[in-house]
Amino acid sequence: MAECHPVGFQWVMEAKARGAKVIHIDPRFTRTSAVADQHVPLRAGSDIAFLGGIINYILSNEKYFRDYVVSYTNAATLVSEDFQDVDELDGLFSGYDPETGTYDPSSWAYQGHDDGSDGQTGRPTAPTSTGDDQSGQDSGSEPEGSAGGATIDDVGGEESADSEKDRGAGHELGGRGANLAHSKVARDETLQHPQTVFQVLKRHYARYTPEVVEQICGVPPEQFLQVCEDVTSNSGRDRTTAWVYSVGWTHHSTGVQYIRGSAIIQLLLGNMGRPGGGIMALRGHASIQGSTDIPTLFNILPGYLPVPSAGKHDTYADYIATIAKPGMKGFWTKADAYTASLLKAWWGDAATPENDFCFDYLPKLTGDHGTYQTVFDMVDGKIDGYFLLGQNPAVGSAHGKLQRLGLAKLKWLVVRDLQMIESATFWKDGPEIESGELKTEEIGTEVFFFPAATHTEKEGTFTQTQRMLQWRYKAVEPPGDARSELHFYYHLGRLLRERYAGSTDPKDRPLLDLTWDYPTHGETQDPDGDAILREVNGYYLTGEKAGQFLPGFVEMKADGSTSGGCWIYCGVYKDGVNQAARKKPGRDQNFVAPEWGWAWPMNRRTLYNRASADPEGRPWSEKKAYVWWDEEAQQWTGHDVPDFQLTKPPSYRPEEGASGPDGIAGDDPFIMQADGKGWLYAPTGLLDGPLPAHYEPAESPVDNPLYTQQGNPTRQVFKRKDNLQNPSKDEPGGDVFPYVFTTYRLTEHHTAGGMSRWLPYLSELQPEMFCEVSPELARERGLEHFGYATIVTARTAIEARVLVTDRVVPLKVGGTVIHQIGLPYHWGVGDDAVVSGDSANDLLGLSLDPNVHIQESKVASCDIQPGRRPTGEALLRYVEDYRSRAGITVETGNLRMTAPSDDRLEGAQQ
Amino acid sequence: MTNSFYGPLADPAGDAGWVDGDHQPRKGFFTDTSVCIGCKACEVACKEWNAVPDDGMNWLGSSYDNSGALGASTWRHVKFIEQPKPLGAQQAGMEGTAAGVSVTDVLNRAADSALAGDRSTLGSTNRVDLGMPTTTLPGQVDGAQRTEFRWLMESDVCKHCTHAACLDVCPTGSLFRTEFGTVVVQDDICNGCGYCVPACPFGVIDRRVGEKGVTKNEGIAQKCTLCYDRIGDGLQPACATACPTQSIQYGDVDELRERAQKRVDALHAAGVHDARLYGENGHDGVGGLGAFFLLLDEPEVYGLPPDPVVTTRDLPEMWRKAALAAVAMLAGAVAVFGAGERR
Repeated sequence: MAECHPVGFQWVMEAKARGAKVIHIDPRFTRTSAVADQHVPLRAGSDIAFLGGIINYILSNEKYFRDYVVSYTNAATLVSEDFQDVDELDGLFSGYDPETGTYDPSSWAYQGHDDGSDGQTGRPTAPTSTGDDQSGQDSGSEPEGSAGGATIDDVGGEESADSEKDRGAGHELGGRGANLAHSKVARDETLQHPQTVFQVLKRHYARYTPEVVEQICGVPPEQFLQVCEDVTSNSGRDRTTAWVYSVGWTHHSTGVQYIRGSAIIQLLLGNMGRPGGGIMALRGHASIQGSTDIPTLFNILPGYLPVPSAGKHDTYADYIATIAKPGMKGFWTKADAYTASLLKAWWGDAATPENDFCFDYLPKLTGDHGTYQTVFDMVDGKIDGYFLLGQNPAVGSAHGKLQRLGLAKLKWLVVRDLQMIESATFWKDGPEIESGELKTEEIGTEVFFFPAATHTEKEGTFTQTQRMLQWRYKAVEPPGDARSELHFYYHLGRLLRERYAGSTDPKDRPLLDLTWDYPTHGETQDPDGDAILREVNGYYLTGEKAGQFLPGFVEMKADGSTSGGCWIYCGVYKDGVNQAARKKPGRDQNFVAPEWGWAWPMNRRTLYNRASADPEGRPWSEKKAYVWWDEEAQQWTGHDVPDFQLTKPPSYRPEEGASGPDGIAGDDPFIMQADGKGWLYAPTGLLDGPLPAHYEPAESPVDNPLYTQQGNPTRQVFKRKDNLQNPSKDEPGGDVFPYVFTTYRLTEHHTAGGMSRWLPYLSELQPEMFCEVSPELARERGLEHFGYATIVTARTAIEARVLVTDRVVPLKVGGTVIHQIGLPYHWGVGDDAVVSGDSANDLLGLSLDPNVHIQESKVASCDIQPGRRPTGEALLRYVEDYRSRAGITVETGNLRMTAPSDDRLEGAQQ
Repeated sequence: MTNSFYGPLADPAGDAGWVDGDHQPRKGFFTDTSVCIGCKACEVACKEWNAVPDDGMNWLGSSYDNSGALGASTWRHVKFIEQPKPLGAQQAGMEGTAAGVSVTDVLNRAADSALAGDRSTLGSTNRVDLGMPTTTLPGQVDGAQRTEFRWLMESDVCKHCTHAACLDVCPTGSLFRTEFGTVVVQDDICNGCGYCVPACPFGVIDRRVGEKGVTKNEGIAQKCTLCYDRIGDGLQPACATACPTQSIQYGDVDELRERAQKRVDALHAAGVHDARLYGENGHDGVGGLGAFFLLLDEPEVYGLPPDPVVTTRDLPEMWRKAALAAVAMLAGAVAVFGAGERR
């Protein structure tokens, strides 16, 4: 965090000065480790084993926050008897289809009753007390349906009809979370029933002992147990622990499950929805949070509504029904209001209830259009044009060569950036020109370069990781032809609309009907950012309040009487005031500082903060009081805006069949979940399993000691000649790439260098590509400090200066010593920057997390040799030689399932 | 006593002749290295504000330090010190791993000599004899393991000495004592004679190397001004403004010294026993520093002189002796020639 987010790290230093203990778990010893109380080096790609070890420690030592766990999580919920865990199936969950590499998650579901009539026979819906009436139950009692130790909770929702179709397409879920398969779930609040999530969790993680953690992560038990002690003793009624990760955690073929691992820990310890708790995701750039809220992603619409899919969502009713099922609980049931308001904001008067608010105008998904699939499509000549805005994929994206080969196949390319980045100049000075793979005169890509305005040269909001929008004003005019993104897109849209004006072709209606009437100002006709924010907030369109700003998303209507460009941002212009521009100093308000900027939703600074009070609505402790039920006023109150229906008392229990927000009980804090509970176990919604299990990275010199299944069996692979993978440990040729490398950032540079390698003041601070190696590896391979090294994978070889340092530590993993090589990824090959160099991302191949299509770029295998790499054609021969020595084919590392054994398959398919 | 060269001096600005309305409380830096995260924002902010040119694109292989040293084009310099020693109760995470013997001392020495121009020892992880009485070379011992490690960072800067030799030796008056008690070079007056360069006991000030007519202030002596053009307007120096962790604190020196003492006490209480202040004592060889430091070990660890002495300390004595010699010579001449005349 100190390394990549030094400004935010000031608050960690402040916390440390006030007595907080800072633990840093990272393969390398960074500037964060330098000031942390404890640094724990672990093998890159082994984090789930580490997190699983903590979960096992918590469960086997009874360190969990029992009252919180029972009431606020799904620990007591019963899982289907059909569910089979990875231990039974040697690394696969039940439902695996080896043909498609996907799961049918139906066996992961909660136990319960599929239809209302059966539900009637169960116990009536809650109120369930906190389990007192069942505390005397035998732990081993077998339930029959709803009998035995289980109560039945109404969680709403019909049969999850789309679960089958959702397989292999996590991008179609949007951000709405997952529906539940059953309208009722069975619970045992004694947590004793063997099918409770709690017991499933316990069994699942029983194997993640400190010894196994050492065997997989290379972390000695003493170090590991120290972390366990510190984290658990600092959690509970009086204390909370926060987890902070940076996006490197997501850059794995099991990235989503990494985050799930820390979520399970935080739920078990009662650290969610409470002050000082939570999981902080540090994003890679300013306002990356904002660019998922109002997305630049192919699969979500503003506010995490999914992009409709062709064939599945051909009508508005179909689309809405997928997000908000009849009878479902929680706030997603209002998706029709959010969607109608969004479409009204986009298409104004043209959007009417009669034409489904122009739902037909929305483009529909026909499959994965994520960045890496798109690059392969570019290589295959399926893509004509490409826009790059503040992105330098020729350097910053995994498998740089593939990126550049793809760019070279385009007809046109628009690059909007501060500098003439490598992605704009690859056609004349890229590595493939030097190697002879590309010839400038044969590249047909027409590159349009537009200089961009920097953040000081334009107005708008940044949304940071706390979901807080902060307005910034333009300080200076951009120089020369540099313009804001707003300017570019507004005027592009304006010109296109002029071009199509008068068209009677129905396909042009979406463009011509757009509300595209933003005021502009200044010489450059820059659109008014404030006007955009007002549109995002939304208005009442009819009635006596017509024209007024909506105060919040609960006012949004499904009948077209409201508009709003992003439902979660509704309220940012409440009362006609730009709430994001508020800058009241912290000293003039309470510690939550609600009047600094504005956080979605509804200016809540901590999500699910109902969990900061006990089930009866009282603070868990005075020290950690945050939001509580005011008995006298009969409403929720506290330091933050309560994340709960304001007047819903803790004792509220939904009526039979209640749905939507009213279906959530007064003691269910996780109001966006269909059962109101924090999910220790995800019965649906994830493509690679309901619980995180340790899999080795796609390329690994280590065998998975837990299961025969080596890597994530559902990871997205691309079996192609231009995406060869290194063999892992047990495969033939696995010893050719014996080392692990990880890529990362340095404080001195920013990602692919567009904002730093062109600046002398930053370039001089880290002027050259280097690799960090341990003295032990230096000795093993004869690497000389200050000399050069060549690092090679199945993709290519790069060179780097050698920095030998004690900060890199070899780890004992399963009896062998594993060496890790650290590679900053800031440099790229080109002529325009102040400093250039080989790009670490060129070493990477593509294996993706199945849920989110994120690449595994934080760990892969390689070889390292002293000296500079060959150049020109010799480089290609050098890499080819490695490939043939390792016997690499397109199958190598690109098969999801390890050593298919009939037994495992049969079991998995049951 | 005015214009003193040595010893405690409460008010350098007053001593330099600033009076009444012009005279300001002494300003300085307290650089607390215990919270430095090595982000180098100070280096960049300093260059931005003061329009200091870049100092060359040189990868030094010296931990994360590629600035090397303070100089005419590096007025703030963040040092990175890797050492096989513990830092208070910090657990570096090396114990129990497969790590062998530390090489940082070898590498530090290689980096030091490289900075001095000798790069022969850089590829030294394989074989370098330190000349120490050991039987094996560092990094070559089997079975031995490194267990402790620390990575110290320190943002170094001109010390704005109470007794500033650079100023004392400056023949043009380019270097002067400001009303804030700081020491500033006036680049339009400096003639580039370079007397100040060897005069500085810390090796801070230097003449800018570059191309005549191209490089700004080529040949002119340059160093930190404590942002004379900011503090006069009530702003903080650029580096202190940019520092995210308050490692660099700017203010009245008296107040900073109190604050620093409290911080040292807190660190001692927390078990960081080697924490100490450097340059806060007016009785040292330079009369105390306007920019002083909290260090986590001996000054030598940070490349700072343990007992800096103002190089002009003996100047009065030398002049006195020179005067005596002159008088004696004069007397002798008078005795010889005067007597002869009488003859």
